[in-house]
Formats: sequence, C-alpha cells, structure tokens
Amino acid sequence: MTGLFSEVFLSALLFGAVTAAIPLLLAGLGEQMSEKAGVLNIGIEGMMLAGAYLGFVGAFYSGSLWLGFLAGAAGGVAVALIMALLCVRIGLNQIVIGIALTLGLEGLTALLHHFQFSRSYPRLPAADATVVPLLSDIPVIGPAFFKHHLIVYLAVALVFAMTYLYRRTQLGLNLQAAGDKPAALDVAGIDVIRTRTIAVLTTGALAGLGGAYLANVGAGLFIPFITNGAGFLGIVLAMLARGRPVWVLFGALLFGVCLSLTTAMQVAGINIPTDVIQMLPFLAVMIMLVLFGRRESLPAALGIPYERGAR
Amino acid sequence: MSIDTAPAAGATALDATSAAATRRDILHRLLMTLGPILIALVLAGCILLAVGVDPLAYYGYVLEKGLFSPLGIQQTLTRMAPLLFLAAGLIVAFRAGMWNLGGDGQFLLGAVTAAASAPVFVQLMPAWLALICSFLIAAVVAMIWSLVPALLRAYQGVNEIITTLMMTFLGTSLANVLVKLVFRDPGTTVPQTRTLPVEGRLPRLFDTTITSGLLLGLAAIIIVHLVMTRTAFGLKLRIVGANPRAAVHAGLGVPGLTIAVFAISAGLAGLAGAVDIIGVQGNVRADWNPAYGLAVIPAVFLARMNGFAAIGFVFLLSVLSIGGESAARRLGVPNHFTLVLVSIVLIVLALAEYFDHRYNQSRRA
Repeated sequence: MTGLFSEVFLSALLFGAVTAAIPLLLAGLGEQMSEKAGVLNIGIEGMMLAGAYLGFVGAFYSGSLWLGFLAGAAGGVAVALIMALLCVRIGLNQIVIGIALTLGLEGLTALLHHFQFSRSYPRLPAADATVVPLLSDIPVIGPAFFKHHLIVYLAVALVFAMTYLYRRTQLGLNLQAAGDKPAALDVAGIDVIRTRTIAVLTTGALAGLGGAYLANVGAGLFIPFITNGAGFLGIVLAMLARGRPVWVLFGALLFGVCLSLTTAMQVAGINIPTDVIQMLPFLAVMIMLVLFGRRESLPAALGIPYERGAR
Repeated sequence: MSIDTAPAAGATALDATSAAATRRDILHRLLMTLGPILIALVLAGCILLAVGVDPLAYYGYVLEKGLFSPLGIQQTLTRMAPLLFLAAGLIVAFRAGMWNLGGDGQFLLGAVTAAASAPVFVQLMPAWLALICSFLIAAVVAMIWSLVPALLRAYQGVNEIITTLMMTFLGTSLANVLVKLVFRDPGTTVPQTRTLPVEGRLPRLFDTTITSGLLLGLAAIIIVHLVMTRTAFGLKLRIVGANPRAAVHAGLGVPGLTIAVFAISAGLAGLAGAVDIIGVQGNVRADWNPAYGLAVIPAVFLARMNGFAAIGFVFLLSVLSIGGESAARRLGVPNHFTLVLVSIVLIVLALAEYFDHRYNQSRRA
C-alpha cells in the first residue's frame, strides 16, 4: 500500500483527473450556455460523439491534432445545426429531438467506424504536451497540472472568458434574457431565435471539441460509444453549477478525480469493482443535494420554444 | 389509434357527420404516422446505400424477421412487454409534469432484484406466488430508488432531471455491483445471477414463444391510460402537471402527489425489469444494460402521452429492433444501424406532427 501514495502515483492520478475532466468541462460549459438561453440540450451526448468520431478521423488522416480538434468542433456544430433548426427555429420538443439525436449519432458513429476500420482500433501517437516552465518543476503538482496539451490550458481559460461573457457583455445579458424572459428580449428588439441559435451552435462546438479531446488525447483512439454518458454528465454539471462557469470547472474536476481513481485502482491492483468507484462522484453530488438542496435557479423559460406573439 | 388528441376536429362536427369525421380522423392519424415512417425509411436507406448495403434487402429482412415470420413476430411481441411497462411509467410521470429520466436505473435494479429473488422464491412457495412476490419486490426496490429524487423535488424543489439522471448512473453501477458481488451465481465463471429455470418463468402464451408478460404490459398501460384520463386521481396529477402553483391553490397536496407519481413511475419501470428477467432472460449478466428507457421516452412524447398511441409506437420500436437485429446479422451491417433508423423515424414523425399542426391552424384561421 505504500506505493499507493507515492509522489509518482499521486501526480499520475491528478494528471489523469485533469485529462478526464476536460471533456466534461467543455460539455458542461457548452450545456450551460444552451440552458442559460433556455434550450435544454439533451442532444449533447450525440454532439460529443460526432466530435469524437470526426476529431479522430481528422487527426488520423491529417496527422495533426489541431486539425482533428477543428474537425471535432465542426462535427459538433453540424449536429447542433440540426438541433437549432428543429428545436429553436420551428420549436419541436427539445427532449424528443435531443434524445433522437443522441441515439442517431450513437448509431451513426459506430456504423461509420465499422465500415471504415472494421474491427481494428488504430491508435494516434501520444499528444505532445506543452510544458509550463518553472511551474512544472513543482513536485507532484507540476507534472500533474502543467504538462498537458495546450488545449487543456485553453479550456481552463475559457472558464474565465465565459464568466466575463456572462457578466460584462451585451451578448451575455441577451443569452440570460433569452432563457429567463424571451418575450422581453424580443420587445427590446433583439432576435430571440438568433440568440438561442448562437447558444446552441456554441454548445455544439464545445461539445464536439470535448469529444475530440476525449478520443484524441484522453484515449488516443475511437471506439463506438466512447463518450459513455459524458454528455449527460455535462448536463448534470451545468444544472448544478447554477449558471456559474467556475462551478462547472470544480464539478468537472471532482468527477475527473473519481474517473481517474477508477483507472489508478486497477493499475495498483486493488480489487474493488470499478463500478463502486464510478458511483463515488454521483454519490457525493447526491449527498450534497440532500444536505444543501435548495431551489436551484434554472432559467424560467428552459425547455420552452419561443414563438413570437404566443401566449 | 388516438382518442383525445382530436377534440378540435371532433367538436365542430355535427352528430350526424361525426362518425364519418371520426373515421376520417383515424385515417388521417394513420396516414400521418405511416407517411413519415416511409420517408424515414427512405432517408435511412440513403445512409445504407452510402455504406454500400442494399436498402431493399435490409428492409426486406427487417419486415420479414420483425413482422411477417412467425418466429419474428413472436419475438417482437415479447420485446414489447418491458417497453410497455416503461412507457406506462413514463406516461404517469410526464402527464404529471415530472421528467423521470431515470427509467434505466430503475429498470436495472428491478431486473436484478427479480433475478436474485425469483430463484429463491420458487423453492419456497408455489410458482404463481413466487412470481407475484418477485414482481412486488422488484417494484418496491425501484420505488425506493426513486424516493430521493421524489423527496428532493417535493420538499426542496430540486430539479428532477438532474437527480433522476444521476440516480440512473448510480443505479446502473449498483446493479453491476450487486450482480458481481452479492447475487453472483457461484456455479458460473462469467459474473451473472442464478438462472431461473424455465418452468419458474412467466408462462408463454398458448403454444407460441410470446411471453404472457405482453398481456401484463398491455394491461398496465391501459390501466394507466384510464386512471390518468378517467379518474379523479388522474385529474389531480394532470393539474399538478399543467400548473403546480395552481394545484397548490386548488388545495391539492402537491408534495404527496409528487411522491406518488415517482413511486408509480419507478414501480412500473421496476416491473419492466422484472418482466424482462422473469419472462424472457432468466438471469442478469454483469454489464447488461439494454437502455430501453432512452428509446421509449421520445416514443411516449410522440404518442402525446396517450396510452393507446403509445402501444402503437412501442410495437413499431419492437419491430425495428428485432427486425434490425436479424437484418444486421444477415447483411453484415452492425446492429447500430437500428439506432440510426429509430432516430430518423422519431425526428421525421416529430416534424410531420409539426407541419400537420401548422396546416390545421392555418386552415382554421
């Protein structure tokens, strides 16, 4: 057991936690924006899968991780475009379309993977890390937090960019109003449909990027159903965060630690079924909800399509 | 297929012409269901063509194996049993305005409980009593599983989408833990529960392979439909669903009703698990998760939470999934294509309903 708490083990554990947290963070931030604008985006799992598949294919054939990320984000946007068209523009039920998109992308990505790679699962070379000078020399923390791919730092920076967006900009206010009182936004002369479409497409880009990171950096390969509920976790994170991007970051890290613990335990040869450890983050959140559960502040018009002049 | 979705057309018609109007309405609904399905099949066929599979051959197999071959239709009807229970549970929850998205966790825990208890009960008591007891205990365990989201929603106003989603992740893992550690059959190398002998399972209908769980499922969904549309209790739940604040002012005990809704909805999901295990599977293997819930949710929406329409959609889902499985084996298309097909069918149906609604509105205006 002494080896369990060695420096190397701890920093590997934390490194894994960050790697596992980034897709959740990106999905959570994306979902948060949709929800702020009043769109419950259940299709985010499908957007992540599209991102994971296209991201992998992009990186595999071009040999460039960045092109992969770009392709992943584009894949997410493509799915989000369907969602925006069906749920925002013509106002179909968001839960029906969201689940349908998730099911469809689960099937489609698995199908395409089958016809492209059959039963082989080619790997990408390990992602090259951007080492932050000085900080990465700190024991334990240095190798855990400051030797990641550049996109990890960008994702964390995005948290603060989002905070700025919601607090300080006109667009942030518009997004909030689109979710809380869309009619008021409409009266103010701002197109609700447009605002919500922006939110949904951004969600698609972020979720797609998260999926691409999951496949290209986290796993280094694509397997069908690789997201395994990460999108739904993103929905949970966004709802728990009550509109604050920083809380999404904390939540994602908490889930990341638990996910990383699962792998670490297996490596260390400790014989607890992985299912038990997988339950930990959910258990923690449920206990938090039971103890501190208050009425959370979801946007008033969440899930309700906006139709001008409708009562 | 649908009764209460057509008040607009029915109300304006005079008594003398109402029979013809009803017939036209039914024809219309049928057309509005079959038309979109046809379009969806064409769209999905394009995907098949793109990956180099003959769509006609594929659909031929789906129809033959899912609908027209004696064995296929029996499998389809058997598959309907758990889906009907899940749909019944969702109808209660959705009509009462509660988004119980935790059906899969409740389903799996019900399944594991039934799988663990049925082989024990069969040795202690007559077979029929053993069946009833395992059904009951599966329903109760699923109800208990929904208690936390129910209490949080009823007394703290915590959004049930988050809590039920989290409980479904927890439930899936817990079901696995139970299968691997607690109820594991010592006689097998793969982790699974003890297998229920065939004579202990739900009887099959006549001399077919259809499980009698189908009848139970049909009964469940019809009872749910009647309770929701014809009884005071159902009306109360619908009021809570339509406007919880108004329900409080009307003097309804909203927290109590909320807990009742979750209990019924989860109980039915637990029964779905039990009916699948005791009627069909016989045991639960580790990591078994058919994820029926995810496909049933949109189907219930498209049925507008109408029990009879839901039966139709559940039948459609079953044909597609059973037929898709066989077609996949024959043609070397992975089974995942069924997911794509179901997804396209759902989207096109939703679109068709939208355009139908728009057309009706503009005609009336």
